Amino acid sequence: MALAQPLYADQHRPIQHQFNPYAENGGTILAIAGKDFSVIAGDTRQTEGYSIQTRYAPKVFKLTDRAVLAVNGFQADCSTFVKKVKQRIEWYRHAHSKQMPLKAIARMIQGMLYGKRFFPYYTYNILGGIEEDGTGAVYSFDPVGSYEREACRAAGAASSLIQPFLDNQIYFKNQTPAPGAAPFEPGNLPMDTVLSIVIDSFTSATERHIEVGDGLEMFVVVAPGRDVAGVQSLGAEELPALTPEGERIFVLRRDLKKD
Amino acid sequence: MNTFVSRFAPSSSALPHSKGAIAVEDDEKYSDLTWGSQAGFGHLGTKGIPSFKVPSLADPSAFLRMHTDDYADPSCRIKIQHGTTTLAFRFKGGIIVAVDSRATAGSYIASGTVKKVIEINPYLLGTMAGGAADCQYWETYLGIECRLHELRNRERISVAAASKFLSNLVYSYKGMGLSMGTMICGWDKTGPALFYVDSDGTRLKGDIFSVGSGSTYAYGVLDQGYHWDLSDEDAQELGRRSIYAAGHRDAYSGNTINLYHVKEQGWEFLGNYDVTKMHYDGPGNVPGATGGGYGYEVRTAGRSASDADAIDTSA
Repeated sequence: MALAQPLYADQHRPIQHQFNPYAENGGTILAIAGKDFSVIAGDTRQTEGYSIQTRYAPKVFKLTDRAVLAVNGFQADCSTFVKKVKQRIEWYRHAHSKQMPLKAIARMIQGMLYGKRFFPYYTYNILGGIEEDGTGAVYSFDPVGSYEREACRAAGAASSLIQPFLDNQIYFKNQTPAPGAAPFEPGNLPMDTVLSIVIDSFTSATERHIEVGDGLEMFVVVAPGRDVAGVQSLGAEELPALTPEGERIFVLRRDLKKD
Repeated sequence: MNTFVSRFAPSSSALPHSKGAIAVEDDEKYSDLTWGSQAGFGHLGTKGIPSFKVPSLADPSAFLRMHTDDYADPSCRIKIQHGTTTLAFRFKGGIIVAVDSRATAGSYIASGTVKKVIEINPYLLGTMAGGAADCQYWETYLGIECRLHELRNRERISVAAASKFLSNLVYSYKGMGLSMGTMICGWDKTGPALFYVDSDGTRLKGDIFSVGSGSTYAYGVLDQGYHWDLSDEDAQELGRRSIYAAGHRDAYSGNTINLYHVKEQGWEFLGNYDVTKMHYDGPGNVPGATGGGYGYEVRTAGRSASDADAIDTSA
């Protein structure tokens, strides 16, 4: 019988029920912009389910002398995306003989994320650095490329734990100045205050979230000419820059609890 | 450009494929003008041909829906920002555009500072409802096309043409999972013009539109206060008051209000107003403000029989 043959074949053909190319690798990232500096931080734990895959998987990457990118979500998408962003930035440098400005990197990242609108990268990106006018800046993205410049942003596993704390400490939400005191001015905090807010955010997130911990990496991007004695005294390592006299990037590392 | 040169170069194709020839072939992917920067715009390659990466599956949009639709499946991994109230209305003084600033991913407030009015160019505004990236990306792209129209035709694009361009564009992606509900507002030769465009392909011309989860609340206030002959100040106040109502009653809307006025010379940004502050104190000393807060308790304090202490019994 002509009909029996294809029916039989259909019954024994393997049926694909689902295509699931994504995983969730935990961790949290965070960035805060100051007047003439920017701090971009991330923990270094990588998890899948309840297992810790590694205690040192960097999530924060230097792109140029003035731009740092933090990525969070699915590690394979994250590393692929960072690789492609770095490649495009290098092409830009060869084509234009200058480093790509921060706002241009931000728009490019939107384009690259939206280019995969129908097969998205599972990545939450936060871009931090120094703008061409010398101000500290933070850009945050959703996985398909909508973006906004902000003063601070937390993303990843513990974002809902950290963001409210940042709203209170950085934007002074639900705070009222003491009688006679000067009104709050968001985006104007000194660097040592910002760094302690970052460290406190991660130690607290480590206490209450199982996917956060092990190590903390804080990248500090400093505008040209700004005093760096403060960050140096904390034991920060300076990353080599392409252009002297320009922006400077420091890395500060701290341990987080490992249980 | 390299392709053009090589077509007219003597026996270029007859050259044997040495290592050098292969290197030249690689370069052909990029025109000299765009080399290195790639000068692309997301889906646009170096030659201006649209291309999106799509998973190689029988049904790519089902794949996308499975991983991104947080209404059907709140546990899905990729959260796309949703929830909004936006409004725009035409009146004798132009167009008022008012929006909230809340972005939600599930029940989490992902941001309270979203710019939902997209400044396409100095005389065209677009509003954002639905997928934030879809609106931001395609309205920026619309801005590029509007500028090209200007350069090609030596005159500004009409609002009708701009909105139809966007509508045709999103219609070509129908069924792929785009999500946008937008109002294109501007002033052209015909005067103030307002169009509603969404990702289903709907395009409507009208005087009053409100889009988003809080639109019903906004319409309630807008419809009862709307009149074509509204003064500029009263129209601006109506826009503020309508978004406030949505921010107050719709959990997916709120935080702050952004207010724009489209006039003959182009649009003007009027201000950012905190919804909570509006409830208790009102918008402050701005044109059209009646003084005091918008909240029911504030407006009715001392005027209700249930408010026994406030009733004057001495008379």
